[in-house]
Amino acid sequence: MTRQMSGAQIVVKALKDQGVDTVFGYPGGAVLPIYDEIFQQNDIRHVLVRHEQGATHAAEGYARSTGKPGVVLVTSGPGATNAVTGMTDALMDSIPMIVLTGQVPTFMIGNDAFQEADTVGITRPCTKHNWLVRDTNELAKTMHQAFHVATSGRPGPVLIDIPKDVQFANGTYVAPAKADKGHYNPRVKGDMDKITELAALMETAKKPVIYSGGGVINSGPAASMLLRELADATKFPVTSTLMGLGAYPASSDKWIGMLGMHGTYEANMTMHDCDLMICVGARFDDRITGRVDAFSPNSKKVHIDIDPSSINKVIHVDVPIIGDIGHVLEDLMKVWKSRGRKTEAEAITKWWGKINQWRAKDCLGFKQEGKIIKPQYALQRLEALTKDHDRYITTEVGQHQMWAAQFLGFNDPNRWMTSGGLGTMGYGFPASIGVQMAHPESLVINIAGEASWLMNMQEMGTAMQYRLPVKQFILNNERLGMVRQWQELLHGERYSSSWSESLPDFVKLAEAFGAKGIQVSDPDDLDDAILEMINHDGPVLFDCLVEKHENCFPMIPSGKAHNEMLLGNASTEGAIEAGGAVMV
Amino acid sequence: MNALRIKKGASRKSAYDLRSTYGDEIETHTLAVLVDNEAGVLARVIGLFSGRGYNIESLTVAETDHAGHLSRITVVTTGTPQVIEQIKAQLGRLVPVHEVHDLTVEGPSVERELALIKVNGVGEKRVEAMRTSEVFRANVVDSTLESFVFEITGAPEKIDAFVEMMRPLGLVEVARTGVAAIMRGS
Ligand SMILES: Cc1ncc(C[n+]2csc(CCOP(=O)(O)OP(=O)(O)O)c2C)c(N)n1
Ligand SMILES: [Mg+2]
Repeated sequence: MTRQMSGAQIVVKALKDQGVDTVFGYPGGAVLPIYDEIFQQNDIRHVLVRHEQGATHAAEGYARSTGKPGVVLVTSGPGATNAVTGMTDALMDSIPMIVLTGQVPTFMIGNDAFQEADTVGITRPCTKHNWLVRDTNELAKTMHQAFHVATSGRPGPVLIDIPKDVQFANGTYVAPAKADKGHYNPRVKGDMDKITELAALMETAKKPVIYSGGGVINSGPAASMLLRELADATKFPVTSTLMGLGAYPASSDKWIGMLGMHGTYEANMTMHDCDLMICVGARFDDRITGRVDAFSPNSKKVHIDIDPSSINKVIHVDVPIIGDIGHVLEDLMKVWKSRGRKTEAEAITKWWGKINQWRAKDCLGFKQEGKIIKPQYALQRLEALTKDHDRYITTEVGQHQMWAAQFLGFNDPNRWMTSGGLGTMGYGFPASIGVQMAHPESLVINIAGEASWLMNMQEMGTAMQYRLPVKQFILNNERLGMVRQWQELLHGERYSSSWSESLPDFVKLAEAFGAKGIQVSDPDDLDDAILEMINHDGPVLFDCLVEKHENCFPMIPSGKAHNEMLLGNASTEGAIEAGGAVMV
Repeated sequence: MNALRIKKGASRKSAYDLRSTYGDEIETHTLAVLVDNEAGVLARVIGLFSGRGYNIESLTVAETDHAGHLSRITVVTTGTPQVIEQIKAQLGRLVPVHEVHDLTVEGPSVERELALIKVNGVGEKRVEAMRTSEVFRANVVDSTLESFVFEITGAPEKIDAFVEMMRPLGLVEVARTGVAAIMRGS
């Protein structure tokens, strides 16, 4: 059925027809007609954030924890430019997101009108695709296309720029099923010959490893189930990138921990020494590979990815399989089973013997002594006291993020939501708000550093307004800890601008917003304080004063190979050479 | 990227395929990219090249299918084989891109470019310019008592050669269209 309505009505109708229940946004002159329509209905909740960057990260939190696209609504000019960081973040981590921006009326575009910005120009490199809609009759089609593009193939953020006159004018509404989606339709089925090649490699591998990534989570819960089936049936060890944590359960004995720069010794050594690497929905990022020419020198490499441009971008692979992880793993399991479910069982048992020797190094070991809380200890206690809850974790960026990845265990996908590719400080707090909106009854915790948290602290107002009981677990080292660690290793301990001066009293800050603040500094008080945080029905700002100069280990210094990991402070002397120093 | 790896039996031209999985030499490739002719599509393609540090030697674009609103972008680019593969894959994932063809590897193709070349001169130089233009089969599309504008079509190298010949004869201005290319045969 086609109907005439205003552009603003078309926007809201399209959102409803796309199943949107929550929009994160901030109003302004160029989106007032849409806000007027939102006011006059009850199906879509609008969450008023306190800064447009907050809206984008909240939408990411919503999307990462539900698998559904997050939706953002902001005004023209500064509203749009404030949303750029969140879109870039979503692009880097392949998160589906729809950003609607107001624009000055079409007849004023190009005149440097008040609050005009070339939004599609600015956001072209940080969206998967974007549109400027000049005709109300094109609006419904564009809205539906935007959802299609954001969610199919490799997901990502898209933006629709809507001039104010287009919002006021009348046009025809088209329902999603009737709308022309364009030709964009990435293939999901993998090539059967290649899949068979992989099955054959699985049968003869003596030292296999599964290296999984965020693509497994993006593919949906079925892909995570198939990954488990694959690993459990073959007894292959599984490691994962930061983005992929939870796709394979941390509680499984086949789990060897996260890999990469701050990954476990056993995961990185397994990658280095393996003879078959099955990369499932990961992209050989520089945090993962370390020195490229020394990356896993003796393995056959198989790469399953939905994005052809990820194949052979960094590491040359022997068997590329382009397709959706869920589809490919399903076919793979069928083929492998039909060929008799064979593996080199004896060799793999031997391989596990080797891996267990690496494990025995206990690379994450630390000693909690004395009266100062070690950040690792704080996370270990948090894990112990929350792991049986229906729990979602977001993080900020820095040492605390890496420790969280090391010390918290995730047994399901969509439970761990961190800024991986862009590494955006200020992401975690608004993301936790988005997660809590989607999961009102769950325990949502943002693991934060004091510096990152301050970057979007204004969202405390949002948490209070919508009664979102998000827990802000700040590991307060009064340092830009990760920067400080690099300065220690690389710049002769000259700590240039890497300490947090003039920090607020976080308890009072919480109270100023009407929230609860808790400060803890004595390890003996930690458990009670964490329980108090969990049991409080409302947002909590948890200021955990920790050891100021703790370094995050293990660490593969930039420019080094997997088997050149640093395991602790003793091994850091001259660890990064000139070649590595230029890398970030 | 990595050392020579001799693949057994995998040879097209010689007894052994001596090219490693990817070579290190810079190659020039001509790509034909079929895109929706929508606002910003050229900016998207160019932004991809500049943002990722790829080279553009030549780029031409025009709508080639008016009914289907499709444009054809012909881009000549250089890079190692691995970079060329990346460029194609990156182009392929742009939403308005329908097809990417690498004319350099997909088979023999014809490449043509058109140039307008202004040469000022009198006397012997003017006569020499005229004579050379005939050898190159360039047309005179404008002339005054002391100037010519030549129109020349051909492969880019032919145009380069013609421009070089004109330099000592009073070359003042060159306008080139960039390369258009198409596969030979049916
Ligand atoms: C927006 C932004 N600016 C700068 C950086 C660089 N950076 C990475 S980690 C870090 C320090 C973070 O400090 P904090 O949040 O206190 O975490 P810690 O490392 O101390 O745990 C900085 C400045 C970044 N990742 N993001
Ligand atoms: Mg800190």
